[in-house]
Amino acid sequence: MVRAGGLSALGPADYAALRFTVLQALASAAFSVLLAVPVARALARRRFPGRGTLVTLLGAPFILPVIVAVLGLLAAFGQNGLVSRGLMAVGLPPLDVYGMHGVVLAHVFFNLPLATRLILQGWLAIPAERFRLAESLGFGPMTMLRVLEAPMLARVAPGAFAVIFVICLSSFAVALTLGGGPSATTVELAIYQAFRFDFDLGHAAMLGLVQLGLAGVAGLAILAVRVPGVSGAGLDRAVSRQDARGAVARAVDAAAIGLAAAFLLLPLAMILSRGALGLAELPASVWQAAGHSILVALASTLLCVALALPLAGRLGDVIGLAGIAVSPLVIGTGLFLLVRPYANPFTLALPVTALVNALMSLPFALRALGPEVAQIRADYDRLAQSLGLTGWRWWARVALPRLRRPLGFAAGLAAALSMGDLGVIALFADPDRATLPLQMYRLMGAYRMEAAHGAALLLLALSLGLFWVFDRGGRVDADA
Amino acid sequence: MLTLEDLLIRQGDFTLRASMEIQGPGIVAVIGPSGAGKSTLLAALAGFVTPEAGRILWDGRPLTGLPPAQRPMAMLFQDNNLFPHLTAAQNVALALTRRARPTAAQQEEVAQALARVGLEGLGDRKPGRLSGGQQGRVALARASLQRRPVLLLDEPFAALGPAMKADMLDLVAELSAAQGMLVLMVSHDPRDARRVAGRTILVAEGRADPPRDTSALFDDPPPALAAYLG
Repeated sequence: MVRAGGLSALGPADYAALRFTVLQALASAAFSVLLAVPVARALARRRFPGRGTLVTLLGAPFILPVIVAVLGLLAAFGQNGLVSRGLMAVGLPPLDVYGMHGVVLAHVFFNLPLATRLILQGWLAIPAERFRLAESLGFGPMTMLRVLEAPMLARVAPGAFAVIFVICLSSFAVALTLGGGPSATTVELAIYQAFRFDFDLGHAAMLGLVQLGLAGVAGLAILAVRVPGVSGAGLDRAVSRQDARGAVARAVDAAAIGLAAAFLLLPLAMILSRGALGLAELPASVWQAAGHSILVALASTLLCVALALPLAGRLGDVIGLAGIAVSPLVIGTGLFLLVRPYANPFTLALPVTALVNALMSLPFALRALGPEVAQIRADYDRLAQSLGLTGWRWWARVALPRLRRPLGFAAGLAAALSMGDLGVIALFADPDRATLPLQMYRLMGAYRMEAAHGAALLLLALSLGLFWVFDRGGRVDADA
Repeated sequence: MLTLEDLLIRQGDFTLRASMEIQGPGIVAVIGPSGAGKSTLLAALAGFVTPEAGRILWDGRPLTGLPPAQRPMAMLFQDNNLFPHLTAAQNVALALTRRARPTAAQQEEVAQALARVGLEGLGDRKPGRLSGGQQGRVALARASLQRRPVLLLDEPFAALGPAMKADMLDLVAELSAAQGMLVLMVSHDPRDARRVAGRTILVAEGRADPPRDTSALFDDPPPALAAYLG
């Protein structure tokens, strides 16, 4: 930051950005958690065909490229979207998803599934015996809620709220596409604008400090509440409950699951159906950008794994949690300022993107690998030592073969996140060095919607495909 | 000869003192109540625990500071004696080489070692596809190929049924006799000691006593052992 050549003071627009950032994050977290409660309850007490698939799908938004989701949301809920056309057909005004409510809508789309998983975990952690005991005592639904469910929610919901709040604080791609303007600019977006449009590096650096401060405060907040981890295991259980048998309860649960599934699946269905038409119209620039993206994603994956392995098991969860609060744009701005005296940063757009993406994925990789490395050390360290398998031999012959599963998963995450990232590349890119998400954003900006939908489908396929290949690679022939 | 010279091991509140000479070869049982420090004593001999004072010597040569792999000892632990991602043959081959691909001669040696413990033709199986007894045999095959003069057994067969455990102990006795090994074997079952161990070290009340003749010890147990045996 010192290299920015003097910091400039914050103006009224910056304070507006700060306020908007905090407000939209609060609203996004609140809606995500509130809406997740009925969905989680329904999933906790119902069994139906497709329930397992739905729970799995709740994990998918994590590797879904933001720009793809935004385009899908526009196609579903935008001014010319499916829902708006339905409204106009019956004489109502169309929806407008730009601005605050658009940003919150997209954040809820991404974080409702996360909140649902966290709260579902809490629900399923209540022992089935307690529900049986409650039934034998003749508890009605209200008593059940007060005695069993409210205490659980009081424990789990603040953690879910905090995580989502922090994630939304550093939102860039959503604000870039659905926000903008003086009334709907996040600090991250303001950094980008100061950088890209005004080329006021001092201002960008100052905003970077603001974002760092914000992340710092949020990081402390997150440490204050107990943050639950998403284990993913054991979510396939449904508790059978007497109080859930009434017609009203059934209807409420069906509505919760149905609406949530529609809200989450409709935008993806729009991408699939419109994208198929657009694939034929893809300009050469999209294919070139896709090539860049694959290279960046692979380099980023390699870097992330190379960084994660020596660190795994040594850094605590605190670092992993802090990671989700750190902003790619801040790192990107910092790198730009560092590199500038020695080289033209714009020619380094792709390597810098790969590096920043690797750093962004690192906390997730550490969380996937850390416990496993610790377990391998606990189980096999003495055996390895007694056989002289130390140093690199320990890694080559003991740790890596045993880490295949979590390594594949972590690499898959890193690849998918990098593939779909629209962050730091937007700062650095010139026309020759676009990644696929950026190229897609440019197509959207030029109102070439057919091609944008085609690019979205391609991006979606590549992100999920990379994740699948790596994750699968870790599972095939792995030993328990 | 294994010499423990005024050895003092301290871990928090726990202390263990030992001073003795153990002549090889042969099987020596290490017996005593749980928590007395039997495993800790073996861990110190193997180099996993650094003693606070005193020295451990093998044939007069001090082992102080030597890492586990460079000590004249092979060791089998309570569990996790095999790497689950390696085949039986690959696990045994670790006794000869740390390379992933052993030479043809080494592979031949591994096959013979597996045959000696009754696992002919099972070299390609991974531990997950072997029974508990077979896994124990693979671990013993590896230990025998390490050709160390001392073998430390920290109850590796505790999870096996009585008949299977007896088979394993007999196999240990066979290997010890064939290779002239000194075997130190932790046990909490006096029958194990009586079956194969000519001498027994009693570990109790913060102290490891020098080895005594097993039958004599159990026929006329000192108070600490009598209390443990009940």
